[in-house]
Amino acid sequence: MSGSCGRNPPPFPENDDQEAELDARVLDSDEDESEDIFTGAKSKSVLASSACDEGDIFSEEGSYIRRDAHHTTNGLNSDEELDLFTEATVELTLTNTTPQGRREIIGPTASACNPAPVPNSILKPSIVTKTMEELEEEESGDQFELNVSVTNPEKIGDGMNAYMSYKVSTQVGKEDSSSGEFVEKRRAALERYLQKVVAHPFLLQDPDVREFLERDELPRAVNTQTLSGPGLLKMINRASDAVNKISIKINESDNWFESKLQEVENEEQLLRRLHAAVDSLVNHRKELCSNTALFSKSMAMLGSVEENSALSRALSQLAEVEEKMEQLHHQQAFSDFFVLAELLADYVRLLGAVREAQSMLQKKREAEAKLLWANKPEKLQQAKDDINEWESKVSKYERDFERVTCTVRKEVLRFEKEKSRDFKQHIVKYLESLLHTQHRLVKCWEAFLPEAKAIA
Amino acid sequence: MTSISGDSDKDKVRSVSVDLNNDASLLIDIPDALCERDKVKFTVRTKTTRSSFQKPEFCVPRQHEDFIWLHDAIVETEEYAGLIIPPIPPKPDFEGPREKMHKLGEGESSMTKEEYAKMKQELEAEYLAVFKKTVQVHEVFLQRLSSHPAFSKDRNFQIFLEYDQDLSVRRKNAKEMFGGFFKNMVKTADEVLISGVKEVDEFFEQEKTFLLDYSIKIKDATAKAEKMTRSQKTIADDYNHISGCVNNIAADNNNAAFKKHLETCSEVFEKLRKVEDRVASDQELKLTELLRYYTRDIQAAKDLLYRRARALADYENSNKALDKARLKGKDVMQAEENQKQCLEKFDKLSESGKKELTNFKGRRVVAFRKNLIEMTELEIKHAKHSTSILQSSIEMLKSN
Repeated sequence: MSGSCGRNPPPFPENDDQEAELDARVLDSDEDESEDIFTGAKSKSVLASSACDEGDIFSEEGSYIRRDAHHTTNGLNSDEELDLFTEATVELTLTNTTPQGRREIIGPTASACNPAPVPNSILKPSIVTKTMEELEEEESGDQFELNVSVTNPEKIGDGMNAYMSYKVSTQVGKEDSSSGEFVEKRRAALERYLQKVVAHPFLLQDPDVREFLERDELPRAVNTQTLSGPGLLKMINRASDAVNKISIKINESDNWFESKLQEVENEEQLLRRLHAAVDSLVNHRKELCSNTALFSKSMAMLGSVEENSALSRALSQLAEVEEKMEQLHHQQAFSDFFVLAELLADYVRLLGAVREAQSMLQKKREAEAKLLWANKPEKLQQAKDDINEWESKVSKYERDFERVTCTVRKEVLRFEKEKSRDFKQHIVKYLESLLHTQHRLVKCWEAFLPEAKAIA
Repeated sequence: MTSISGDSDKDKVRSVSVDLNNDASLLIDIPDALCERDKVKFTVRTKTTRSSFQKPEFCVPRQHEDFIWLHDAIVETEEYAGLIIPPIPPKPDFEGPREKMHKLGEGESSMTKEEYAKMKQELEAEYLAVFKKTVQVHEVFLQRLSSHPAFSKDRNFQIFLEYDQDLSVRRKNAKEMFGGFFKNMVKTADEVLISGVKEVDEFFEQEKTFLLDYSIKIKDATAKAEKMTRSQKTIADDYNHISGCVNNIAADNNNAAFKKHLETCSEVFEKLRKVEDRVASDQELKLTELLRYYTRDIQAAKDLLYRRARALADYENSNKALDKARLKGKDVMQAEENQKQCLEKFDKLSESGKKELTNFKGRRVVAFRKNLIEMTELEIKHAKHSTSILQSSIEMLKSN
């Protein structure tokens, strides 16, 4: 099941104690790497699949999608599930051959189940998928203007395994993905993503992850799957199925989930506000930058006209100092943005995903609970064998659900712990950048002071 | 040089022009002012040992319009044509903070109580700063008059200082008398006159070139400085906002360690905000205000040049008239007299003008030096302060 970067709880194996202290940069993410990612026709498969078969209560066949596997669904494999997703298989290609328009699968975030049953599973060789991020951004009308068109319907295969394949063409508009800033944003986001991944004790063990990090050259990805979105949807469907058969003695869990949902919603709100405030800071810092530059030039002009030579020199020096200030402001704005604003944006998206996952779960449970009550009386009328079988199934699913709940709780706690650590690190990093700026400021002005004193 | 008020801010603005209040026989200050809606009422206090005044110490209430009247009266006095007349102080302008207050009121619902209270407090401080500044520029204006040997004896100046009733009646009369005629003449004649007239004197030729160029550049510099200072201010506001948001997140959080971190972070931003505010206002006072003041002063110097240029034009015209009269053989005496007078006037203007402009140079250089040094020292101080705030916070966060 594709649990991505620990945000949405992948099933836990037995050893969940190791806290990966890996925060180091795992990849030397220089421009080349990014370039490859952008220009490569094939995408590298990134740990979308978590390998562990054992702890997975959801997959009866116990196999996940691997890069080389052929499946017609992207999520869990089970016959029942096949129905839901067969129609949704698509072949995605990006029409732009330039770096622009390559939106690769390595999305730093994944929104939870995108409830829309839109093309999201890809499973054909040599396919590039659109990430959930892209879909999310499309929907949120983000800065990227994506023009998507679905064309070329084709029936492939026959019989039970038949499906329709479409060509989805994407054109990324506005933002110039070859611009330095975009590349830098991308790089930083990818880095954060990977850091989150390796921080997750479970994912770290995934052979795909290992391979991704260690191998010098990764083979061209033959098929890739999207991240958690549909996978999570799967998980939730499973969960809800399990719930369907359980009696209502899960009140306790309900309360916990409810309060968690509330918490998450509140936090998301607050983070959004903070993000807006930081965004405003970034913009104003940029304004200060350009105004300082203008002032510096103006001072230089004034200095050149000034008849008193010492004063003239001092004014020119002042112009230079202001120019240096402009550079400092510029760097600070950079730091404001990358250290703080992007971090916050990540978390806002994250929490949004968590919230959605939880509310989906909630809804499903409510629906299934209703069904359960409706069904139960009928079941009781069945033969004894059926009842026995049923009871054992119920208890099995009960246990399974308990386990899921436990996992979810653990995961949420882990997430919170990591989040606070992550935040703290970023805050420290940001403050250090401010400190650096102030140091440089002191130096600039101290250098200017004697010049001012020399005016006569 | 005695300073009447111990208020350091006052000294700092006064330093914009450094030769003030050096005559103990006539000391002027504005110890008090009242702000009602749009009008500011200044209390002008005079301490004098001169016998020309009725009392040794007295106060009068004055408004901005009274200052305008005084300035115009002096400008239109022929006697002072060869002097640089201190520029009129700008009108009290509370538009900025008032608009901000309004916006704040509108946005009240979108921020927390603490944030609102903080912003309100800050705006009130800004309002107060504008108020203080306008008091000071008006005070400086009067002090420049009082420290000038010629102006301090001016009759209108004395009336301004002493007349204990409402000046507005007198103001109206004066306006009727002069009708702003002279001033208009100056404005229209302007650059054409100054550049058109052939200059014989090397000194004035240089001054002309210099002042024309300099006034353009300093005007531009003032505008850019204002923009830059405003940007600096908005960053301080942003820090305030961020501090509030982080605080809210902290309040909402259950994890104790994390909560502490967030609170520390919020405090840092709050402290930094205060520093950035100071940086912005010091920059405003030392740099922007300096540039503003000298933009006005340069204009006053230019006005002197215009008056001299006109006197030269008059003289040349009188020469032509004399030649014509001699040709015609009529009114020669008159023409000769006229010509003599024009020449006298021109010479007088040139002589006093040279002195004034030379003084002006010195004054300007000294003022720039003082302000640039003070500004730099303040910048260093604030940056060091920020540094220590950040260092201690980082240590605190890292140690947890």
